[in-house]
Amino acid sequence: MYRYDDYDRQIIKERVKQFQGQTDRFFAGELSNEEFLPLRLQNGLYVQRLAPMLRICIPYGMLSSAQLRKLSEVTRKYDKGYAHFTTRQNLQLNWPSIEDSPKILAELAEVEMHAVQTSGNCIRNTTTDQFAGVTPEEIVDPRPYCEIIRQWSTFHPEFAFLPRKFKIAVNSCPDSDRAAIQVHDIGIQIVKDAAGEIGYKVLAGGGLGRTPMIGSVIREFLPELDLLTYLEAILRVYNRYGRRDNKYKARIKILVKAMSPEAFAEKVEAEWERIKDSPSKLTLAEIERIKSFFTEPAYLALEDQPAALTDRLAENKFFNNWHHRNVAQHKKPGYAIVTLTLKKLGVPPGNITDKQMDRLAELADQYSFGEMRITHEQNVVLADVEQGKLFELWEAIKSLGFATPNLGTLTDIICCPGGDYCSLANAKSIPVAEAIQERFDNLDYLYDLGNIDLNISGCMNACGHHHVGAIGVLGVDKKGEEWYQISLGGASGQDASLGQILGPSFAREQMADVIEKILDVYVSSRNDDELFIDTFRRVGITPFKERVYAKPN
Amino acid sequence: MPNLIKNAAVVADDWTVLDKAEAPAEQVVPTGKVIIPLSTWLAQREQLLARAPEQTGVWLDSDEEPDTIGADLSHFSVIAVNFPKFADGRGYSIARILREQLHYAGELRAIGDVLMDQLFFMKRCGFDAFAVRADRDAEKALAGLADFSVTYQASVDQPEPLFRRRMH
Ligand code: HEM
Ligand code: SF4
Repeated sequence: MYRYDDYDRQIIKERVKQFQGQTDRFFAGELSNEEFLPLRLQNGLYVQRLAPMLRICIPYGMLSSAQLRKLSEVTRKYDKGYAHFTTRQNLQLNWPSIEDSPKILAELAEVEMHAVQTSGNCIRNTTTDQFAGVTPEEIVDPRPYCEIIRQWSTFHPEFAFLPRKFKIAVNSCPDSDRAAIQVHDIGIQIVKDAAGEIGYKVLAGGGLGRTPMIGSVIREFLPELDLLTYLEAILRVYNRYGRRDNKYKARIKILVKAMSPEAFAEKVEAEWERIKDSPSKLTLAEIERIKSFFTEPAYLALEDQPAALTDRLAENKFFNNWHHRNVAQHKKPGYAIVTLTLKKLGVPPGNITDKQMDRLAELADQYSFGEMRITHEQNVVLADVEQGKLFELWEAIKSLGFATPNLGTLTDIICCPGGDYCSLANAKSIPVAEAIQERFDNLDYLYDLGNIDLNISGCMNACGHHHVGAIGVLGVDKKGEEWYQISLGGASGQDASLGQILGPSFAREQMADVIEKILDVYVSSRNDDELFIDTFRRVGITPFKERVYAKPN
Repeated sequence: MPNLIKNAAVVADDWTVLDKAEAPAEQVVPTGKVIIPLSTWLAQREQLLARAPEQTGVWLDSDEEPDTIGADLSHFSVIAVNFPKFADGRGYSIARILREQLHYAGELRAIGDVLMDQLFFMKRCGFDAFAVRADRDAEKALAGLADFSVTYQASVDQPEPLFRRRMH
């Protein structure tokens, strides 16, 4: 994991001091509300329906046990003892006070954490694959590249006041994409060219929100050292020409579409020509230096699939279910990647208490070299668990509510905070998630259904990624009442696509029934092991429409 | 009270900023030290080129192209860039283009909604003069120039990124 040196520490220390000063001036009436707003947003501080919210940055989702203990302490001391993992691999506090927030930031700085650029119209936390560095699928570990982008984007003087927020995601697996790079402002796919040289395929103009779009490839191959100059060229074109007259048309996706991806790419190339050999061009020495922070932990030479694992799998069906769903293959023999699910029935997705955080920190120390990752599905990954200790770990996490073996299934829901917490909401989203989790709590049925992404947003801002859910649910407002629109066929991985709207919306009480009908159509139409999304792509939306809107006779 | 910060001190300002005109070709440009709107400069370029550079400045709005004055830079003692709202960040890119690509070396002044909390970024992008908004105390705003002592990226004030300067 990256560790701060004196430079990084100095920057964060000065940031805390700067924000303390800004907060003081705000309370002294020297900064207007309007002037303070972007300053506090760039420090992750929102004001929401019930209280301010503080979004704390977890760079590309990597977290140490020491950091998690600090987060737990902060949650206890300044909040109500629980927090929320977001779909941007960050952590959100729901009830801190504005006065306390500089103090919270000072405490976070002790463990090399901050809230810089977690909100506001600037470059946000760069995200990546939660299995980075441990999956056998990847070309190279993407985290050093994310860290290079983190440093470049932190307090970038030219891009602090962009037309709108800006999100970059990096993926390094040729055949899968857990980072959803096609729905980011910039998506970076790390690739190798024919000569075996590392480089990047660059996408721009993806995004969710009101006008969801899949990103377009603007460069097939960018050499490894050119990453930052090319990003700078894209951002400069966007900063200068992105729309500023209408915030709903201000994302880069609108610019790329208006210009056409080809014309946008040309403009970027022309800008890049002017700066590509500037001192911002990366050096091999810098890449090596950053890579040296992401070396392998002290793995033991272990037997793959030891009896300690296989015996347990054979004798315990529940353990076997969990293992099948929540454990992924590790690049090292004898190790496993474990996903702990924060999707227990009755708990808002992504929520975690201070006590759970403390226990999680202990588990990370005990089983996974003291580190973990937060996923964009709002779960937590222990990346380096010995296979022989999986059973023991499973026993330990069951009582914590982290072992719901529903990863990837219908009830592993992505859900935004919705009307319970968010002032922009048209409708509550958490109760819909709960109703669905309650209705479909039969594991055998869930496993039979296979992988289905169900995503819920409380309004068209799409924080719950409903457009890219195989089943998407969107809260809509009809004459002051809360209704829900369903879309089908969305996906966020390699085969990214946007869902199609099923038809008129439903009341909250109808939702579980409607989902059940949709699933019935799938089960009766599927071929063999066909996944929901593939069946949908084959049969289209009509059979689903007919069934859901059938008139009772 | 003077509200211009230049070379990190509050100084008197002897320049006048001319407003944009409806009909730039007809705008009367007074004698003396004036900062002329870009549209007027372009519309009356032939005549205005005869002005003494010590008395001549030009200002760009945030949606205007710095390349249009690329050939005229030696005629200006001041180039100003307007921030219609402090949250309009286009001026930062314009400043870097003027400094790094067009190699303008004279005074580069931020005008408009110029506030303490943006000065550090402005300075980094190449501004060396800041006409702080009239209702704010420029002496107080000076502190904003020094919010950070370390920066990661290359920019006008520090052409080498930190990764080329880090000491191990
Ligand atoms: C409760 C307070 C929240 C508010 C007021 C809020 C507001 C917004 C708004 C206005 C947008 C649309 C931005 C745009 O289209 O330009 C948005 C998008 C988004 N938000 Fe939130 N949000 C909140 C909470 C969250 C949470 C908790 C998460 C994570 C679980 C989240 C993740 C996202 C994501 C991933 C997007 C979509 C980005 C894209 O368009 O590509 N938000 N949010
Ligand atoms: S999708 Fe809408 S309701 Fe949900 S968190 Fe985002 S802004 Fe709030």
